[in-house]
Amino acid sequence: MSNDALLVLDRVCKSFGPVQVIDEVTVEVHAGKVSVLLGENGAGKSTLIKMIAGVHNADSGRILMNGKEVQIPDTKASEALGIATIHQELNLVPSMTIAENITLGRVPRRFGIINRREMRRIAREALDQLGLNLDVNTPVGDLGLAQQQLVEIAKALSLDARVLILDEPTAALTNAEIAGLFEVVSQLKTKGVGMVFISHHLDEIAAIGDFVNVLRDGKFIATVPADTPENELVRLMVGRDIDAQFPRQAATPGEQNLLSVENLSVGPLQNISLSVRPGEVVALAGLMGAGRTELIRAIAGADKYTSGTVKVAGKKLPRNDVAAATRAGLGHVPEDRKTQGLVLDASVAENIGYATMASTATAGLVDRKGQRERAEKVAARLRIRMGNIDQPIRSLSGGNQQKAVFGRWFSAGAKVLLLDEPTRGVDVGAKVEIYELINEITASGGCVLMASSELPEVLGMSDRVLVMSQGRIAGELATNEATQDSIMALAVSNVHREDEMGKK
Amino acid sequence: MSSVATTPKKGFDFKAFLANNGALVGLVVLCLAMFIATPRFLTGPNLMNIGIQVSTIAVMAFGMTFVIVAAGIDLSVGSIAAISAMTSSYWVTTAGLPDGLSIVVGLAIGGLCGWVTGAMSAYGKLPTFIASLAMLTIVRGLTLVISDGRPIATGDSVSWLGGDLGFMPVPILILIVSGLIAAFVLNRTIIGKNAFAVGGNTEAARLSGIPVKRVLVTVFVISGIFAALSGMILAGRLDSAQPTLASGYELDAIAAVVIGGASLSGGVGRISGTLIGALVLAVIRNGLNLLSVSAFWQQVVIGLVIAIAVGFDVLRRKNVRH
Repeated sequence: MSNDALLVLDRVCKSFGPVQVIDEVTVEVHAGKVSVLLGENGAGKSTLIKMIAGVHNADSGRILMNGKEVQIPDTKASEALGIATIHQELNLVPSMTIAENITLGRVPRRFGIINRREMRRIAREALDQLGLNLDVNTPVGDLGLAQQQLVEIAKALSLDARVLILDEPTAALTNAEIAGLFEVVSQLKTKGVGMVFISHHLDEIAAIGDFVNVLRDGKFIATVPADTPENELVRLMVGRDIDAQFPRQAATPGEQNLLSVENLSVGPLQNISLSVRPGEVVALAGLMGAGRTELIRAIAGADKYTSGTVKVAGKKLPRNDVAAATRAGLGHVPEDRKTQGLVLDASVAENIGYATMASTATAGLVDRKGQRERAEKVAARLRIRMGNIDQPIRSLSGGNQQKAVFGRWFSAGAKVLLLDEPTRGVDVGAKVEIYELINEITASGGCVLMASSELPEVLGMSDRVLVMSQGRIAGELATNEATQDSIMALAVSNVHREDEMGKK
Repeated sequence: MSSVATTPKKGFDFKAFLANNGALVGLVVLCLAMFIATPRFLTGPNLMNIGIQVSTIAVMAFGMTFVIVAAGIDLSVGSIAAISAMTSSYWVTTAGLPDGLSIVVGLAIGGLCGWVTGAMSAYGKLPTFIASLAMLTIVRGLTLVISDGRPIATGDSVSWLGGDLGFMPVPILILIVSGLIAAFVLNRTIIGKNAFAVGGNTEAARLSGIPVKRVLVTVFVISGIFAALSGMILAGRLDSAQPTLASGYELDAIAAVVIGGASLSGGVGRISGTLIGALVLAVIRNGLNLLSVSAFWQQVVIGLVIAIAVGFDVLRRKNVRH
């Protein structure tokens, strides 16, 4: 199959300092096929695609395009070869229109003046290729994330991209949006575009992929067909069997509520009441925009709320006061660890220590020895994989970074964990470890309120499910009686009811 | 995304030392060059002279380091230096109040001005650049109002700040002591560590329970106090507080901090680096004076040095991260 390959990475190697990140990896991309890159965080997927994109240069090995060896010294060269990368962080200017974004850097001109009509035509053509019915004069910032992603793909196509690299494109999309994206991918297949697809969601691989390249610790493990059973893929990826993807060990819930929220209202949230008992994991499910993140943040003290009360162990918390919430035993693992959870330039120890810094200080002096010891203890307990505790947390893999955010609250002795998408962008192995942490918290008499968009996670790790819709709690289900369908039915209740009726 | 282990320690890593201490290496090279160019550079009196010259900028820059570490900028320090020198002199010379309190009054005024800037930016949501720019003008104006545009003679205490203690000039003593205090506060206390966290990622700091607004106000108060001290040293050396004292010094202070390796986007900075940055500026000025380079050309050279120093730093960071 190597003869007709569009792009081949042939035994490429890359090391950063003493660490071999990519070790003789061979990957092929074929026209009209989706080649999946699968591996845990830190397996080398990102480095590999950065080589294709011209961000990193291979230390050894060859890169072949249409059978000819090519050099990709920088991103310009990659673009010139017809390679486009859609990163998780999109390269669009929010304040500019779709047309301006698609023609960015190559604006059509006439007599030195921007030819707006031509610009719109190019953009229209690019959108039509994907069957996107959007007004090209809409500012990109007004679009949802999924649509922005499609605009970026359209932009790549209008640059005549032959190879499209999709780096975790589905991580922040809802199921409906993912279906839309996959439709576009299938169209691109028929147009002969070769694609590289990265995802942590095993179910997506069978849905969209043609074959799967498995990486582990920078080494090439195998290329297998996309219809390989999931547990086989997991075994290849982590090198061992993972007994259970969702190892929830239910604890007997206590009698008194540990966390109770009464009639909380703010913005889209209306009169939310809920309670969580010690030993319980309560999941917050719902569509994007249902208000899960807003609710978690309000409880955590991160945002103001207009009315209502939040109590921890019967004691009322002041609103919008994270420090008071922390003292009361709340711990908040926010939605996006990079922008909200971590100080990326600071060390692992410092990041773990922020919540305990003030409470352990004497006369304003940081308890440096104690902070370090606590961080080391927590890092060992959570099995955070790192060189040493003083290393910048930026250099850790996503799963280990996320564990450090958990570690902050473990070290602070939090009894109530508020989790917002706790395993987003985290690989299978680290996911299970995070689930085990959740079990630990509940076994020791703590409780967890977990907002999650992943229904398998909701069903696998919670004891009760609260389904939110349009800023309200639409219903409550016992997890052992809930199904994906029953959750979705509640999640869409009252949403666009007229639309649905009209279509029928 | 890839996890990278740090190099195990084996002997002295010269490359790493160079990368982490670029400003220090630059300073040493600069001193050697000056020494070769003119033997007068490495004489006791000249070195003392550099020490005195560097003290005002360095003390001001120590305070600035806190603000920059917290991802802010303080343009008002020059004006604060002037108003503190002016009020402490007014206190004694014009109002006839006890001289013993004049330094405390000057420092308090500096802290108060810093508090106002900090509050404007923390609670009034003004960007620190704008808040401190406003204070630069307001405070300079107030200084002119108080002094009616004329210099005021300093009291004995403030004059002492610009004098000598035995063979040792007092400004150099203050430089050393305030540097040690600043380094201690920045590295060992909650105030300093909070500043790093807020500068590194404000939202993450806030969600960890760090009182972000209070931290912002605190760093500006610290900056104001150090600026006040710097202003009084300057007035003490002249035995008079000029209304135009230290105007434009804020840019030198920022340059010193940045040459010292701090990042204007926050979260990175060292007091030792700031001192080195201030020394680089002072040595260049001094050396060029010794070589009788015109004051006009000196400005060109200093500008180039700032650009080169920070340019190197950007390159270094780019190589470290991937």
